[in-house]
Amino acid sequence: MRAEIEAAVIEILARQLLLPAAEIAPDARIEDLGLDSLGKAEAIFALEERFDISVPFNANEPDQPNFDFSTVGSIVRGVEALIAAKAG
Amino acid sequence: MRRVVVTGLGTVNALAHDLPGTLAAFRDGRCGIGPLTFREAERLSIRIGAEVRDWRPEERFPAKDLPLLDRVTQYALVAGAEAVAMAGLPAAIGPRGGAILGTAAGGIGTWEDSYRAVYAEGRNRVSPLVVPRLMHNAPAAHLSMRHGLGGPVLAVSSACASANHAIGLAFQLIRAGAAEVMLAGGTEAMLCFGGVKAWEGLRVLAPDACRPFSLGRKGLVIGDGAGVLVLEAEDHARARGARILAEVAGFGMTADAADIVAPGGDGAVRAMRAALADAGLAPEEIGYVNAHGTGTLANDRAEAVAIREVFGPAPPPVSSTKAMHGHAIGATGALEAMACIQALTESLLPPTAGVLAADPDCGLDVVVGQARPAQVTAVLSNAFAFGGLNAVLAFRRAD
Repeated sequence: MRAEIEAAVIEILARQLLLPAAEIAPDARIEDLGLDSLGKAEAIFALEERFDISVPFNANEPDQPNFDFSTVGSIVRGVEALIAAKAG
Repeated sequence: MRRVVVTGLGTVNALAHDLPGTLAAFRDGRCGIGPLTFREAERLSIRIGAEVRDWRPEERFPAKDLPLLDRVTQYALVAGAEAVAMAGLPAAIGPRGGAILGTAAGGIGTWEDSYRAVYAEGRNRVSPLVVPRLMHNAPAAHLSMRHGLGGPVLAVSSACASANHAIGLAFQLIRAGAAEVMLAGGTEAMLCFGGVKAWEGLRVLAPDACRPFSLGRKGLVIGDGAGVLVLEAEDHARARGARILAEVAGFGMTADAADIVAPGGDGAVRAMRAALADAGLAPEEIGYVNAHGTGTLANDRAEAVAIREVFGPAPPPVSSTKAMHGHAIGATGALEAMACIQALTESLLPPTAGVLAADPDCGLDVVVGQARPAQVTAVLSNAFAFGGLNAVLAFRRAD
């Protein structure tokens, strides 16, 4: 499951960044990838649609207490937790 | 050059359905934000807004007129009638009068209802009045009919700067001699399911409160309402013995030409400087700035930097009244113009509600709590919209 989520996260980020998926490392920092605020909003929307989840993300909270969007890995773990919460 | 003065004000918003109630709320720092009550609000993740409460259009308009009037037009007509009555203008203002109203979403409630009918409910027809109800120019057009305005009448749309653009353009038209009297301002009725759903996706709405320039701010809170100002050539106003509330002293408009949502570049600074230059005012003559102050992380920091660049390290007191009336998008500049005129006429600076603790990164003297007594002779009102469109008005105390 984690591999599937990771692949989906990378694919969604790659589409926003106009990069080949192979160029996005699983430990890449989102800031270093150069994703702007609208790209972030669109990526979150894509994740919600792909996994039928609601991501608690507010662009006005720099530390994002409810969803860590800082690295590919943290997004994958966040999505995993939301899917688990939905199933539970 | 002809001077342009304000002789009437009218408003409907979350704080009150009239000007006196709104000014009283501004004095007290009362907040008009509460739970959303419209259809299907429970399906939203953001459930607060600054709705116009207890609005009963059937008590305001004849039954035969209502099918033509989206809420965005109802608010404008009630605000317009209050402003015209305050100004003491005749029932038919005539061919030298006009109207420019800003709106961002126009009759979005009418779009929503008719789409719901044909798509969700599978109906095959909608009201024949959908088009005249929802068009962006409907509020301005109805004002022209109601008050006999036969001159320039149009709508302008620049998202959150719409009302400032409308007031600024009306000011320029009078100054240039193209009209004697203009009703100017903005109106908005975006608080419906589809309107808030669209905003939710941008992830900039606060779930709890609007806290401009405060630590712990979580974004903007949308409001509904309208504000209408009567602008008049000074000689015209004096000739008929009208009470002059304030002077529209200057207007500056610029574009960032950079990003569709993020503030940036020098557009805000250039707009404030353009308004000051147009008014013949030095920065140190400004006693109060009504900030755009949306309560988003991005706006408030960028605006604070811009204000300090224009005014230096000790800028005049600043507040954002959006924490009281909400971000009324295309109407907000008109509501904020009323706060500015209150500062000039009552020597009270309207406060920023909702501030927990001033954000030290903003570095501004933010008026919090209740209105602050202060003698001011000139003020600025900022509006910095999505699209990077900036419109700043300067008002001066009437002499």
